Amino acid sequence: MSEVDHEALHAYEARIVALEAKLKAIETQFVGQAEAAQPFEFKTAAEKFGLLVAWAILIIGFGLLTPTMFTWPPYASMLGFNSIIVVLTLALILPLTAGDFDLSVASTLTLSAMMVAILNVRNGVPIPVAVAVAVAIGALIGAVNAFFILYFRIHSLIVTLGVGYFVNGVVLWVSNSAVVFGQSLTFLVKVVFTTRLFGIALLFWYALILTIGLWYLFEFTATGRRLLFVGRGREVARLSGVKVERVRAGALIASGIIAALAGVLYVGMRGSADPSSGQAFLLPAFAAAFLGSTAIYPGRFNPWGAFVAVFFLSTGILGLNFLGADSYVQNLFYGGGLVIAVSISQLVRKRQAMD
Amino acid sequence: MNPAVPAARPAAGASAGDALVVENLSKRFGGELALNGVSLSVRRGEVHGLLGANGSGKSTLIKILAGFHAPEAGGSMRLFGTELPLPVRADEAKALGLAFVHQNLALIPTLSLTENMRLTHFATAPDWRISWRREHDSVAATLARYGLRLNPRAPISSLSSAEQALFAIVRAVEDLGPAVDSAGRSRLLVLDEPTPFLPRVGVDQLFALVRRIVSEGASVIFVSHDIAEVIEITDRATILRDGLRVDVLNTRSASHEDFVERIVGRSVTLFHVHKLGAAKRSTVARISDLIAPGLGPLGIEVGKGEIIGLTGLIGSGFDRVCAATYGAAPALGGRLELEGDGSIDLAEIEPPRAIQAGLAYLPADRLGAAGVGGLSVAENEMLPVLERMRGRFGLDRRRMARTALELGATFNVKPNAPLLPLMALSGGNQQKALVAKWLQTKPRLILLDEPTQGVDVGARQQLLAALDEASLGGAGILLASTDWEQLAQICHRVIVFARGLAVMELTGARLNEETIAECCYHSMTRIA
Repeated sequence: MSEVDHEALHAYEARIVALEAKLKAIETQFVGQAEAAQPFEFKTAAEKFGLLVAWAILIIGFGLLTPTMFTWPPYASMLGFNSIIVVLTLALILPLTAGDFDLSVASTLTLSAMMVAILNVRNGVPIPVAVAVAVAIGALIGAVNAFFILYFRIHSLIVTLGVGYFVNGVVLWVSNSAVVFGQSLTFLVKVVFTTRLFGIALLFWYALILTIGLWYLFEFTATGRRLLFVGRGREVARLSGVKVERVRAGALIASGIIAALAGVLYVGMRGSADPSSGQAFLLPAFAAAFLGSTAIYPGRFNPWGAFVAVFFLSTGILGLNFLGADSYVQNLFYGGGLVIAVSISQLVRKRQAMD
Repeated sequence: MNPAVPAARPAAGASAGDALVVENLSKRFGGELALNGVSLSVRRGEVHGLLGANGSGKSTLIKILAGFHAPEAGGSMRLFGTELPLPVRADEAKALGLAFVHQNLALIPTLSLTENMRLTHFATAPDWRISWRREHDSVAATLARYGLRLNPRAPISSLSSAEQALFAIVRAVEDLGPAVDSAGRSRLLVLDEPTPFLPRVGVDQLFALVRRIVSEGASVIFVSHDIAEVIEITDRATILRDGLRVDVLNTRSASHEDFVERIVGRSVTLFHVHKLGAAKRSTVARISDLIAPGLGPLGIEVGKGEIIGLTGLIGSGFDRVCAATYGAAPALGGRLELEGDGSIDLAEIEPPRAIQAGLAYLPADRLGAAGVGGLSVAENEMLPVLERMRGRFGLDRRRMARTALELGATFNVKPNAPLLPLMALSGGNQQKALVAKWLQTKPRLILLDEPTQGVDVGARQQLLAALDEASLGGAGILLASTDWEQLAQICHRVIVFARGLAVMELTGARLNEETIAECCYHSMTRIA
């Protein structure tokens, strides 16, 4: 056989192979569409909505013990108050998804709250300007975290622990360790807390909007996908052309900004800024982030899971308070909740591995 | 299978005086026998070579001796006259005098020589107080006995690679206790590929150390690819091929050719060589003056639609070309010229730039660097094309699902369920999905490292067909692999590496498994 025949034959063969593949693709598209619409599976559904079911059981259980739990008012105030934790948890899950811890969010919240109060009350700066400054400070703290983590390649736990403590020092310094409050903050209080929609403070709706926004970011943007890959397989992401360092820095800065927004909401809720109170939110936020990663999109930090987890945990505390438990119950619930949540999320991941 | 290969027979002259007698070891992975009734006997005071190409069963045998793998029933193992129950328990074997030094030497670079030397001792001994001066002095004395003058207080990282290897060997020998114990037992040291990354001087030092150890009555199993080294240091050598023991040679009376012949065999390739057209004349990419750690300077010209195989023995540098060209691992210098895209400095290149230039790179570490096992097949496949998947409201998830499904069908991923996590698929199907991930970007130059490692035969053919098709579409392909059969099957040209340099190029009729293998083994000695 001559050389020319040989080539023609190969080209012909290749075309047939290509056509066959195309045919197969068309065929499987129909089969595949059925496959893609995932069949209902009890196991996955139980995983996705387990936390919601547990929440319902919690409400019914407490309601049977104390009928107040079946009335609306306690929930209305709980949803308002705990929305601060929702926002702080949302700040956390961005760097967590990218594989970094941010322990400085609570300090950022406190500093932001303090800046808004001081600028407005002591220096007479209008609220919008004060808020803008606070948010810029949040971004700066995130950028400082990112610089030390990425440039010196230090573990995020260490950097953000140190930076958080440092920021705390700044708070005590600028506030002279005193609570700052004033009449001029009323506007913020009105916009955040005293105005209600469907009986719940506006604060809750802000948290809800932010949750939806982050859900969109995680699920419907290329950035969200890259964030996920950076956290789950840094080398894979890098070799696939993702600018890993930029994504991690972005997540940390966004975390600082959202934590600063939480600080603004905090001033709006309290009408004052307290130099120490922000710290109490750190553990609840971590507990909610990890507990939330076992629900809705199991195995991933996700906004809706975090949202549900915050209110699941606070419902438990609310119920125990009604039963006469003291404030120690918060520590029991959040501390225990964090460890149990991480254990569950570990189980979820293993189970996926074994399938 | 070659009928001339003698069947495994009981080790000739096995006696109570042997250091190690292993008989009838078999190991099955999936359906295939990786090791088929292999015997091995090592005499006292002997340096015994163990040779074989990739896939010969050599590493499986070592892993059974080390207790990593459990062999099939029916084998037996005797160490200094004591019958060892199989599977081997590492601590038991060690108590009877068997020690290993693997290629990664298991040293802790930041700790001192003394600390590394005493690691096992510190871990187990109930000492309340450590006298560091005494420890340092005794370690220095031990090292001096083996002719090593090293500072015991220095960290391991301050030693050269050769010194580290020597130190690891001394540590392994010392860990075994006295040279000959009261029961008449001695020591058997397994050196698993200790030399590929050592300079010639280091190899000489290592051999001097081996001779010293043997002169004290110990025995050594020397695992290597390097025939010249085996001839130099060993007394006898066992050669494996395709899971069978082919022969035991008396090294002194054997020639280089005797070894090559037995390692490579003369079996005829069963596969129908399936090559698509001759390489086109035009060039798609030109790599020049590429220098990376352990590699170069290197120049390769890749033709349009050409598949080039890169191969060599372990440590020859062939496996660093793809990563360095793509920016996955740092290169020290070099230029990449792509048709109509100017010249890229390879010392500066990063993956995003490489992708932009039309490169694609599939690393060998499938679930560590190529894909994320816990995320779905679709998510993994869509990562490089996210920008294209934008709909009116952000990412068009239906289009992503559909695209993943089509890719699955085109590349024969089974099951074609893009929502499954990647790790739920078999190795071969994971690889098909990851090849699909890159081929959908229509790259101009495709770089692959060991793409068919751990991939079953059926999937392997489908992968090779997919690469064939990509090359037919005009892409150039660099395929780094030690699977010579596969290289012979798919490549238009194979470049053989030794000591970081491209030393030989095979094309046309010379492009077959046996010649590639011979070149790999020959080139090693020619350079050394």
